[in-house]
Amino acid sequence: MERIPILQMGATLLVTIQVDMHDQLALQLQDDLAERIRATSARGVLIEISALDIVDSFIGRMIATIAAQARIMDAHTVVVGMQPAVAITLVELNLTLPGVRTALTVERGMRMIQQRDDASP
Amino acid sequence: MPAFAQQTLDALRSRQDAIIDGWLANLEADVPDSRVSMRELTPQAREFWKLLLDAMRTSDAGGLQSREWSDTRNFLEDFSRDRVQRGFTSSETANLIFSLKRPLFEQLQRIYADAPAQMGHELLAVSELLDALGLHTVKAYQQTREDVIRRQQEEMLELSTPVVKLWEGVLALPMIGTLDSQRTQVVMESLLQRIVETGSEIAIIDITGVPTVDTLVAQHLLKTVTAIRLMGADAIISGVRPQIAQTIVHLGLDLQGIVTKANLADALALALKRTGQIVTKAV
Repeated sequence: MERIPILQMGATLLVTIQVDMHDQLALQLQDDLAERIRATSARGVLIEISALDIVDSFIGRMIATIAAQARIMDAHTVVVGMQPAVAITLVELNLTLPGVRTALTVERGMRMIQQRDDASP
Repeated sequence: MPAFAQQTLDALRSRQDAIIDGWLANLEADVPDSRVSMRELTPQAREFWKLLLDAMRTSDAGGLQSREWSDTRNFLEDFSRDRVQRGFTSSETANLIFSLKRPLFEQLQRIYADAPAQMGHELLAVSELLDALGLHTVKAYQQTREDVIRRQQEEMLELSTPVVKLWEGVLALPMIGTLDSQRTQVVMESLLQRIVETGSEIAIIDITGVPTVDTLVAQHLLKTVTAIRLMGADAIISGVRPQIAQTIVHLGLDLQGIVTKANLADALALALKRTGQIVTKAV
């Protein structure tokens, strides 16, 4: 079955979404990510969605859910590279992802995770 | 469109000089205007009369929209367009048609002086035809005006949404004019696109040129700011004039933690501070 790969970089997990997200894939990612956070005790999760150009309410909610779930497991989540069209769609759907941090580029996202890691014990 | 009796058509053709003279006299009396001269109107009237007669001869009950009337319609549309550009009113434009009524009726009365029933029938037919033509003229006039308005609206939309780069990593969007849904959409799209292109961390939305802020405008602003935040950049709203601040407070609008500044300079200073840049005097 198709899966979205989760890469480990130090204490950070890297998820790059390169394919069209469908519902099953998103649910699978949610499960896989929780399992990997547990296995690696990751402190940060970076989700890169610059290749994602279509979202629906379900995928929007999944992004929020994944971020919230990672936060409970003490891994800081940053969503990176959201396309303008996706941002507009999410706003129109009233999915403003409260509590999810965002960054324009992977580089800045990594810096945000590291800063947070340095600041907290 | 009722068909015309052959007798009417023949009679109108043989008396066309008298009709056109009467028509021109009417036109001259009604349009004492320097914008158009009789030297220009006369050939126009003659051309229209020719088209009208041709169309009346071939026309069946198909009405004004049929193919036989297309030349007449095109003439009227061109005529209306020309009149719009010269600043005539719609009634002045339609007068070309309506001033033809009297001379035509006079001739018809003379032709059918001894056949009142037929005269009534033909008068009605001519009257209906002229009314339809007049309405068509007004419709074309209005269409042209609406096209002008639409074009201007589009141009305004283009003109009033420039995204400027203020500093490395700082974009500014000086908004001018009322914010409606359509404009917000255009503004939002162009701003977000520029944020992606330039990788700017901070976008300043300057609302100095926005005349009023009501709940709808505030909601549009909130949407834009949220979309910017979702993409990973920050937004500052600047140029909040005292009246606008008062309105926002009176309306009880919640700007949900959006950073607002009184003017663009303050916003830029904050943006520089956030991006870790310092501007100092040279000495």
